[in-house]
Amino acid sequence: MSDIKLQAIDLTKKFYGTAGEVVAIENVNLTVKESEFVMIVGPSGCGKTTLINLIGGLEEQTSGEILLDGQPVKGPGPERGMVFQGYSLFPWLTVQKNIEFGLKMKGISKSERAEQAKKYIELVGLNGFENALPKQLSGGMKQRVAIARTLANEPEILLMDEPFGALDAQTRVVMQELLADISQKTRTTILFITHDIDEAVLLGERVYVMSRRPGTIRDVLDVNLPEIRTHDCLVLPEFLEAKKKIMDMLWQESQDAALSR
Amino acid sequence: MKKHKLSLYQLLSLLCFCLIIAAWCILTFGGFVSDLFLPSPLEVVRKIGQMYREGTLWANCYESTKRVVVGWIWSVIVALPVGMLMANSKKFAAFIQPIIEFARYLPVVALVPLTLLYLGIGESQKYTIIFLGTFFQLVLMVCDTVSSVDQNLINAARTLGAGRWQIYREVIFPASLPGLMDDFRLTIGWAWTYLVVAEMVAASNGLGYMILRSQRYLATDTIFAGLILIGLIGLITDFLFRVLTRIVAPWHERLSD
Repeated sequence: MSDIKLQAIDLTKKFYGTAGEVVAIENVNLTVKESEFVMIVGPSGCGKTTLINLIGGLEEQTSGEILLDGQPVKGPGPERGMVFQGYSLFPWLTVQKNIEFGLKMKGISKSERAEQAKKYIELVGLNGFENALPKQLSGGMKQRVAIARTLANEPEILLMDEPFGALDAQTRVVMQELLADISQKTRTTILFITHDIDEAVLLGERVYVMSRRPGTIRDVLDVNLPEIRTHDCLVLPEFLEAKKKIMDMLWQESQDAALSR
Repeated sequence: MKKHKLSLYQLLSLLCFCLIIAAWCILTFGGFVSDLFLPSPLEVVRKIGQMYREGTLWANCYESTKRVVVGWIWSVIVALPVGMLMANSKKFAAFIQPIIEFARYLPVVALVPLTLLYLGIGESQKYTIIFLGTFFQLVLMVCDTVSSVDQNLINAARTLGAGRWQIYREVIFPASLPGLMDDFRLTIGWAWTYLVVAEMVAASNGLGYMILRSQRYLATDTIFAGLILIGLIGLITDFLFRVLTRIVAPWHERLSD
């Protein structure tokens, strides 16, 4: 079992607000293997973002454990790189400086930073935009910068919180193909959250399906698609079959939720 | 297209000034109001010319500007760290906020007797008045600006491995810079208000002093000359701040278009 990269054990998060106790996620168990591309799909409000924020260390769990390479994680750290839906680029830094940010925090020399940044600028196809400011870029390009910025840190795992949710449909497919390609090339372990079933099936080797609040893992599904994922996969029978399965799970889920109310 | 629009706005700004001056001319040259209440633009210009020849123009402008700038800089130097700390430490904020809110409501004019008692009639008394007038407002503005930094940027920095101090230096400070420049620009404007308070007593030069003394001789033209000079210095300061903001935060969206 040494190839397990990330493990969440009985993860529970409760919020205490004016409306009393709210259970955001309850007893979530999941594993991500080394170099695996794992998706979590679930309806909005199921606590997906809470889950990834817990793993990223931005929030603290009420109970349960998160292990990275067998070690419990506490607080945020560069070994768990995150990519957010809202890009979160530093608007005062150029594309290159944004990508170098994590390396600068580590105290890596300027020339080494530039070299590393160049590699990732190339990987995400931003050549020629090194000195542009974020405000001059389109949404897709901003997310390329954010991905490069996180990858430049060479994290053990890449956590992505609906990164393409704000993009238009065409750009989204382009970005999905880019990410599939990056995953192939760098063998980075990726945990990716989405509410988009197509995206989950297209990108994931395994897909966890989450239930409504309190969010928990309802099911897990292996996706048997070709290694190289492109938009052509979207019409393969295997794709449609997996998609149907997840749709049924989520539909059943909403039925159950409606009945239990 | 954009260039053209910009110059249209500039024309409109100029037009506003022109209209006011035109109204002023009509009122005075047309003989609608007495010289005592409103001197004509010509008299005011003549007065400024006379001050220039007598050498009091630069001296007064210099003294007043110096007082404003020194008092205000002290206010910035103290307010910046205090405000930043307030924004980032709930405990510190709980400790210091009540006294700042309390002091904020104290009329500075009412503090003049105390400053005279404690500091005498020297320059430090003038700086103190301007400091007291701006500091308590500025602290709260700095705190507000710093706490409104996008939490997502701070989170991104944390997941990229930035430590507490690095987040201050590399994220919170640059992110709040445009807002801070705005705060500074506004408070230096208020500092001019308190200048008159500072020069009301125990001053022997400065624009505020000049205006107040003119009241005694009903020298309305000098009063208007003083007001116009303060306004002009204000405009120049504002302009300098805008240029400076563009230099220190060229990435800032609001200024780019």
